[in-house]
Amino acid sequence: MLELKNISLSLGDFKLDKFNLRVKEGEYFVLLGPTGTGKTVTLELIAGLYQPEEGEVYFNGARIDNLPPEKRQIGFVYQDYALFPFLTVDENIKFPLTYRRIHPKEIKQKCLETADMLGITHLLSRYPSALSGGEKQRTALARALVCSPRILLLDEPLSALDPSTRESLQEELKRIHSITGTTTIHISHDFKEALALADRIGVMQNGVLIQHGDPVEVFKYPASEFTASFLGSCNIFRGEAEGSCVKLSDNIQVFTLEQKHGRVSISIRPEDIIISKDPMSASARNSFSGVVTSIINQGPLFKIEADCGIGLTSLITGKAATEMKLAIGSEVWMTFKTTAVNVI
Amino acid sequence: MNRKRTESLFIVSFITGTIIMLFCIYPLISTLFWTEPGVIFDTFKDKQVLQSIYLSMGAATITTIVAFILGVPFAYVLARKEFRFKSLVESIVDIPIVIPHPVAGICLLTVISPRSWTGQLMEKAGIEVLGTVAAIVLAMTFVSMPFLINAAKEAFKWVPPRMENVSRTLGASHTQTFFLITFSLAWRDILSGMILTWARAISEFGAVIILAYHPMIAPTVIYERFTAYGMMYAVPVAVILIILCLIMFIILRLLASTRREGESI
Repeated sequence: MLELKNISLSLGDFKLDKFNLRVKEGEYFVLLGPTGTGKTVTLELIAGLYQPEEGEVYFNGARIDNLPPEKRQIGFVYQDYALFPFLTVDENIKFPLTYRRIHPKEIKQKCLETADMLGITHLLSRYPSALSGGEKQRTALARALVCSPRILLLDEPLSALDPSTRESLQEELKRIHSITGTTTIHISHDFKEALALADRIGVMQNGVLIQHGDPVEVFKYPASEFTASFLGSCNIFRGEAEGSCVKLSDNIQVFTLEQKHGRVSISIRPEDIIISKDPMSASARNSFSGVVTSIINQGPLFKIEADCGIGLTSLITGKAATEMKLAIGSEVWMTFKTTAVNVI
Repeated sequence: MNRKRTESLFIVSFITGTIIMLFCIYPLISTLFWTEPGVIFDTFKDKQVLQSIYLSMGAATITTIVAFILGVPFAYVLARKEFRFKSLVESIVDIPIVIPHPVAGICLLTVISPRSWTGQLMEKAGIEVLGTVAAIVLAMTFVSMPFLINAAKEAFKWVPPRMENVSRTLGASHTQTFFLITFSLAWRDILSGMILTWARAISEFGAVIILAYHPMIAPTVIYERFTAYGMMYAVPVAVILIILCLIMFIILRLLASTRREGESI
């Protein structure tokens, strides 16, 4: 297990203050957060590139924060790959092996095995400048994995890639993790990526880990407005709770499953809101009539915003939007279940 | 008709560029044709001239090596670390560029003259600096070292720190990373800085004559011949120095500009 205990570090305006993180052995942990929140610094601290001013880092019970980076056996992959431009793919992958007492024959074999696992055997003689983004990232991964690191740190490994390459590399990361079982910490600001890959996720804000846990749980039950909005919940409201009813204004109330009292925030995921032309007769207790104010085509899905006294946003398929003949000004009903309401 | 339009600013650039090119090249060409080739050939056989050129080149080379050894590690810190009074330190590095060279010579003289405590210390230790090759190297290093430090600093800044970070995590120590990654990526620009340093050192005159009129470096010989005998005797030595410096400059430039495949970041 990797454990960061009460880590404090300040770098200019940025600060990690009593930061704690636990990642289990063999786990794929995705650390989410907006830019400038300290995710990369956290990874660099784990790698030994920064020394904490206070606190300790443990790996499997042994303290490692006093070890230099080269003694930690940690693989690091940056978003911009950081391949050595004057070395070929082959030489890049072999680079870490030259620092270990390994027979040249074994070096060659390990390099080939890793290149094969990442499907870049045909690129071994090329220089990084002659590689595509995806190929560069595979090379960087191979270089980080060739020595079987104890921990693999990935700093936004997919964000510089085009969508189709990103998807295939995402699959690749999943496959590699299932083969190697390396404890992995992956930084991202894309919650879809986190959902697809993570065993557990953590959300960071201003140098603090504000929520962590099972991805689906965190996704469904964000513990703060920030997390809710960062994970794509665009329906966040504040109101006064009285049992299972939250009053948002004098004539707008939302029913919830949870019983609470006092000032609360609620979040509803846009995909949980159903749009219909007529009132729905189903069991959903939250149903509001309104007028469509915006329709945004997001490719496979349409983002529909409607003014129902409160602004509600829903995600529906393009087919549904066309069938309902939705246009700006259309009168609609926005309906969601009590179970879809997350009370913060 | 599909005619390419030329922006008027580029026309201005072209005109000023032509003026600059002429300004740089014409005096050199004019010098080359000032005397007969035979005179130049005879001057080549002049022992005093040859010795002074050897001395100039030798001292400039030693200067470059000294500046390299002292300057590169310092430039690395300046490129990588932020510390208190860093801009003051960087300004101090640049001081030799802004002070007139005879003044630089005078300043150095106050340190090595037997009247100073450092001079006395050296005298006691039996180290003679004034009027020796050491004094020439000292003057040349003082005025030319900033060029190397600044070039090396920029070269190191250009190497992404992330590349060094990755190298560390892959098992290389800080020193190994410096030589294998940082220096491998920066050496061409450092070499360019060394060329500048060498060129600046070989052209130094003002500071050198204060510390060492003898042994004579090539510029001192040219100056002496010019003041004692006039242009006819000064120009052939100047021509030889120009030719040798240009050859050196071209060779080193070619070496610094040939990038291997895949060497861009």
